[in-house]
Amino acid sequence: MNLIPKFDPVRVFLEPWSTPELISWNSQVILMGLLVCWASGMIGSFIVVRRMALMGDAISHGILPGVIIAFLAFGSLDVGPMLLGACLAGLACSFSIEWLQQNSPIKKDASMAIVFTSFFALGVTLINLQTGHLDLDTDCVLYGEIGLTPLAPNITLAGNNVGNRSLWVMGLICLIIVSLICLFYRQILVTSFDATLAHSIGLPVKSIQQFLMLLLALSTVASLESVGVILVVAMLVFPSVTASFFFSRLPSILVCTFPLGIAYTFGGFHLAYWLDCSIAAAMAITATVCFIAALGLCPNSFLWKIVAHKKSPHN
Amino acid sequence: MKPQGLPIEVHDLTVSYQKKPVLYGVDLEIAEGSLVGILGPNGAGKSTLIKTIMNMIKPNGGYVKIFGDAPQKGIKRIGYIPQKESVDWDFPVTVSDVVLMGRYGHHGWLSRIGQEDRNKASECLEQVNMLAYADRPIGNLSGGQQQRVFLARALAQESEVYLMDEPFAGVDAVTEKTMISILREMQKSGKTLMVVHHDLASAKEYFDQLLLLNMRKVAYGSVPEVFTHELLQKTYGGKLAVLSEMATKVAKAS
Ligand SMILES: Nc1ncnc2c1ncn2[C@@H]1O[C@H](COP(=O)(O)OP(=O)(O)OP(=O)(O)O)[C@@H](O)[C@H]1O
Ligand SMILES: [Mg+2]
Repeated sequence: MNLIPKFDPVRVFLEPWSTPELISWNSQVILMGLLVCWASGMIGSFIVVRRMALMGDAISHGILPGVIIAFLAFGSLDVGPMLLGACLAGLACSFSIEWLQQNSPIKKDASMAIVFTSFFALGVTLINLQTGHLDLDTDCVLYGEIGLTPLAPNITLAGNNVGNRSLWVMGLICLIIVSLICLFYRQILVTSFDATLAHSIGLPVKSIQQFLMLLLALSTVASLESVGVILVVAMLVFPSVTASFFFSRLPSILVCTFPLGIAYTFGGFHLAYWLDCSIAAAMAITATVCFIAALGLCPNSFLWKIVAHKKSPHN
Repeated sequence: MKPQGLPIEVHDLTVSYQKKPVLYGVDLEIAEGSLVGILGPNGAGKSTLIKTIMNMIKPNGGYVKIFGDAPQKGIKRIGYIPQKESVDWDFPVTVSDVVLMGRYGHHGWLSRIGQEDRNKASECLEQVNMLAYADRPIGNLSGGQQQRVFLARALAQESEVYLMDEPFAGVDAVTEKTMISILREMQKSGKTLMVVHHDLASAKEYFDQLLLLNMRKVAYGSVPEVFTHELLQKTYGGKLAVLSEMATKVAKAS
């Protein structure tokens, strides 16, 4: 038995787009992938430059109990309560981290690790407690299943079917994030780079930071169904880190998350089609491959140094 | 119009981190147009004093007034150069981005940065001889160049009062001279400047007033009044023999 199926380009690249039904199904999956990548990439860029990549990890795990409690309280997978629960839990998580840092001798990284693992453990326990009462798929929350996006119920507006609910929610959140970042780019930039300067020109530094955390929680919970709490961190961190090999200005890095999102989504989708694996995982693998390629090809990478070394006749 | 208060007035200021006092009963009145050097050993509370004036740290006692107003209100009239260690030099911004940040205070939440601001930023970069580096990421500048960028940002802010935390750290002699002449010019145009400085010998030439700080205010006044062996010894403690020797020499020479 072969571990890796034979690579057949026709099957991998053309078959998913061969019939109208497949096109309609798969284009919804692709659209969801793009929206997840873009929303997470934009907000993730700020998280990374603030050296809070771990915070993304923390928040994405920390929202779990909020989501489960909302689910238990309302007994359904409705987006509204889920988003609310996630945002509250996300904020509680970031407040707890900050409180620990300021009121105890525990360092920043340790306090993050303590808070998010506690929250996550609470979430997992809650999931286990509710099995038997309600039907919530643990795997779906942990790993996500973007391939099932088209199964989400349709929204009807004034009697007209306007389309997939998951797509609408993710699209709306993506739009909110992108437009808020464009609108308040200056304020977010200066609070991230030099909080003292931001403070001295009268910006509410603390509120802007909390607001970023809120956007992070929003994008994370909206991506939850698709990529799960674990892989969403990849979507937060990879785009900006990969782009930063080639660009040294934040706006360029932010813009770069768009083509990267396209690469991750299409790459991941077709990779998953070939290997018959989870699309979310395949997207993360594509992101890793892009990262390694960027690492090797960036202007002052180790590869060029090796090449230059070999060419040089003196040593 | 009501008469303006002093640019900076500090009364009986006490600041502590987690119950450990760092500044104790500091009184200070800085007149408009002064160029003040702040001297004191490491850990004396110099940065803390600056941050408290900027309202970044809440004092446990006493108050700060900026032009007679509460610091929340007055802070917009203050420009600031951070201590080098507190800046993230890997942040993906270029030299001109950093200088442009100095202009942000002149804009509301939604107004755009315009050509005027860019011109002003270039002008300030020119003043510190850094215009050629405008598009460089701040991470690959030398230490002295980094300090000059932050001076350019301060100039771009066009504030009335400036607080600078060790702007001369890691700067060569020539650059230091250029920077001090820029500070002098700022003073001439009516700005008030407070500068944390570490070199005793040059402090005497650079500043008009000196603040000697070590948890408490040891002394504040014009250079000849304050720059005495006795007061320096009191500030730095008898432990630092080299320092006190140097202080003696300097005091004798004057
Ligand atoms: N965030 C903090 N938490 C606890 N203690 C602090 C903090 N920041 C400073 N301190 C303590 O406060 C004291 C004064 O620090 P400060 O940074 O004001 O000194 P400084 O005069 O600027 O020194 P330097 O010349 O080294 O810059 C030091 O003893 C320091 O250990
Ligand atoms: Mg200091």
